[in-house]
Amino acid sequence: MRHIIDQIRTAAEARRPLDIRGGGSKAGILGRAATGEALDITGHRGIVTYRPSELVLTARAGTPLTEIEAALAENDQALSFEPPHFGTGATLGGTLACNLSGPARPWGGSFRDMVLGVRLINGKGEYLRFGGQVMKNVAGYDLSRLQAGALGTLGVVGEISLKVLPAPRSTLTLTEAVDQAGAIRRMNELAGRPVPLSAAAWVDGRLYLRFSGPVPAELAGGKVLDGSDAFWADLREQRLAFFAGDEPLWRLSVASTAPPLLNGAATLIDWGGSQRWIRGGDLATMAAAASAAGGHATLFKGGDRTAEVRQSPPPALAALHQRLKASFDPAGIFNPGRLYGWM
Amino acid sequence: MAPASAIDRGRLAEELRRIVDPRFVIADAETAKPYECDGLAIISQQPMMVVLPGTVDEVRAVVRLCHRHGVKLVARGAGTGLSAGATPHPEGVLLSLARLDRVLELDKAARTARVQPGVTNLAISQAAKPLGLYYGPDPSSQIACTIGGNVAENSGGVHCLKYGLTVHNVMAVELVTVDGELVSLGGLGLDSAGYDMMALITGSEGLLGIVVEATVKLLPLPEVAQVVVAGYATLRQAGDAVQQIIAEGIIPAGLEMMDGPAIRAAEAFAQAGYPTEAAALLLCEVDGSREEVADQLARVEAVMGRTAPISLRVSRNEAERQLLWKGRKSAFPAVGRISPDYYCMDGTIPRAELSNVLEHIAALSEEYGLAVANVFHAGDGNLHPLILFDAGVPGQIEKTEEFGGRILELCVEAGGCITGEHGVGLEKIRQMAAQFGDDEITQFHAVKAAFDPAGTLNPGKGVPLLRQCQEYRALRGGGF
Ligand SMILES: Cc1cc2nc3c(=O)[nH]c(=O)nc-3n(C[C@H](O)[C@H](O)[C@H](O)COP(=O)(O)OP(=O)(O)OC[C@H]3O[C@@H](n4cnc5c(N)ncnc54)[C@H](O)[C@@H]3O)c2cc1C
Repeated sequence: MRHIIDQIRTAAEARRPLDIRGGGSKAGILGRAATGEALDITGHRGIVTYRPSELVLTARAGTPLTEIEAALAENDQALSFEPPHFGTGATLGGTLACNLSGPARPWGGSFRDMVLGVRLINGKGEYLRFGGQVMKNVAGYDLSRLQAGALGTLGVVGEISLKVLPAPRSTLTLTEAVDQAGAIRRMNELAGRPVPLSAAAWVDGRLYLRFSGPVPAELAGGKVLDGSDAFWADLREQRLAFFAGDEPLWRLSVASTAPPLLNGAATLIDWGGSQRWIRGGDLATMAAAASAAGGHATLFKGGDRTAEVRQSPPPALAALHQRLKASFDPAGIFNPGRLYGWM
Repeated sequence: MAPASAIDRGRLAEELRRIVDPRFVIADAETAKPYECDGLAIISQQPMMVVLPGTVDEVRAVVRLCHRHGVKLVARGAGTGLSAGATPHPEGVLLSLARLDRVLELDKAARTARVQPGVTNLAISQAAKPLGLYYGPDPSSQIACTIGGNVAENSGGVHCLKYGLTVHNVMAVELVTVDGELVSLGGLGLDSAGYDMMALITGSEGLLGIVVEATVKLLPLPEVAQVVVAGYATLRQAGDAVQQIIAEGIIPAGLEMMDGPAIRAAEAFAQAGYPTEAAALLLCEVDGSREEVADQLARVEAVMGRTAPISLRVSRNEAERQLLWKGRKSAFPAVGRISPDYYCMDGTIPRAELSNVLEHIAALSEEYGLAVANVFHAGDGNLHPLILFDAGVPGQIEKTEEFGGRILELCVEAGGCITGEHGVGLEKIRQMAAQFGDDEITQFHAVKAAFDPAGTLNPGKGVPLLRQCQEYRALRGGGF
């Protein structure tokens, strides 16, 4: 940690931008292209404490996700948000910075939801500790969860404590052919009933419903998907055919009930309707569609990453973003321009 | 810094009456009396003025007016808070959101409710019930507390182990900032664009802005719920049972514990049929579809059967389940009946430390000569020791507060924190220095300044001044 803190202090004095790097598995996705002196955190790794009976794990930010998942699996536990890895190098810190969650998200929560505490180096080079290793903690502002999705623009996360949960005992996936509008209706209707649904996606004209517990009686006759774990993993890791190729990949985070967006656009639906993947198009079009559907759009992969890759908030909220950023990073050295060009 | 109030009282009242129906601008001491304190009555303060706006536009205009004249502002929901978070400022305006109490929209398909801040927690679930839905977090004060207060405190409840805290169940808020701007945070999707302002606002104790609307997630009402109630001869046994249930891979909908004094007080109050001879009582609820519940119940009963309870009872119907919970949910008022006053603490600890911490609290109870009843969100490790005292006996309030402070420090030493769900407010402001160093406190102030540079909103709460931290540490001999 010492050398990382030194590097930050020096950079802050010189007001020289830093480019915080984990395993590099998410380079070129989610954020804008931004330049700066490399700050490598992958050396800061390892599980610090893991007490299965407390459902809490604390690990350094550079710890590979694979290492964490292996330790959890030995105790029949798991990360309930099923984070995608996007390659072999995925670290815990990078996953938090991107707030990445897989198909279980609507039921298993997000990474943000599971964060209990972080250790964070701010732009003054102070090593701070927020939150803790217990399930509930409302002392001070919640500056731990705030790091989720901030793309490292508020500080360098050194250590993360998170809530872990028992691994699902068994799952069963049903699949049926249905059009997009029908799939959205079905997903929402099922999610409104007390059934152990744990994933719902629509891919290539087919609806996929995963249950982590007894399947409701009236669905018991449905078509069971063989090799369902591979299917969900391929969806999570974006290995399905839909994700292939260089066309811009947009992520629209919207109301689960939003009707099919952008008539005719190539679409894949995950998160029970709340996450829509769309190929092609530009920011203005995507932002308009996402806003109308109660959410927001991000250019997840591909496209022009030197332009804005996500819609900017209205002026009053944008000003709050800038002031909040400055409160952590007064010299503006952490990943400047990564989240928004203006910040 | 804004100038200390550059407007006199009469003028301010006059201007407020131009914004809000004059009946809802309270400037006389007698009518303002009920606003002197929140649920922590040992801390009270006469407000300079109370105003109850009837619309969001009125809230904005009041905030703008106060900001312009450097008048301090304290938001208030139902005043059930237990950390003196809504205590008025002597030279400030108390802004009650109680009149903004409408459920604006229920969306069955999307499972959301859009509500005004003064709607009570329970009213949301009641409104959603005909749709087969409910709002998850269920603080024991849910009949009275408001969603605005819940967001400000990140409140929890007995069902938060499985369904999450307020921060996991509120999707969006409309926030009036200190300069009267209205900003929309969060959205109808499952994450925010940009920074996660929802995480920051939730639990911010009215220091960063005024919540004037919330969109909350609704959950499907479970097909069935059943509660298992087990009595134990020792607290340690009950603590072990909690660990074993979790180790079995079960996340119950609720997992609550009470100690002997709490059991007896609750039983006298609610006649729930609790075993009054027990030293500890565990309530473990499972819910879901019939099949799920049958499966989980069998596992819970098997685990509990192995932990040598002195009594074991499973609710057979909804009425019995409600009755068994009634004892737990009314534990605070029940204790209120056996003692002239009680003081509720709110630390969180790692579950494994439970027995040690409770033993330590028992020793402190002897030392201070004040009895304690313990109520405990066992699944989450959130303790509520209730210190019994008599405010009528000179010196007892001070002694109680000191004892309470020691309990909070004990929680920090055990690897936990000073507040799990009630907030810091004025009450725990000193102990913030036990949990955080000066650098963290400075960062908190910087965040506050990003939202409210002049310190207009809820001044003196939540985050101590560095000077207060230093005094605190000096007093403890630099132990922290
Ligand atoms: C008997 C009893 C049982 C309780 N049980 C629980 C429990 O199980 N779990 C739990 O978590 N808490 C519990 N509490 C504590 C309390 O009910 C919660 O903290 C509740 O959320 C407070 O809501 P309120 O509307 O009463 O807020 P108030 O007490 O009026 O205010 C609390 C804080 O929120 C701020 N605030 C209020 N409204 C707004 C707004 N619209 N915008 C911005 N800031 C606002 C205030 O400034 C203050 O800082 C209990 C209290 C009692 C008396």
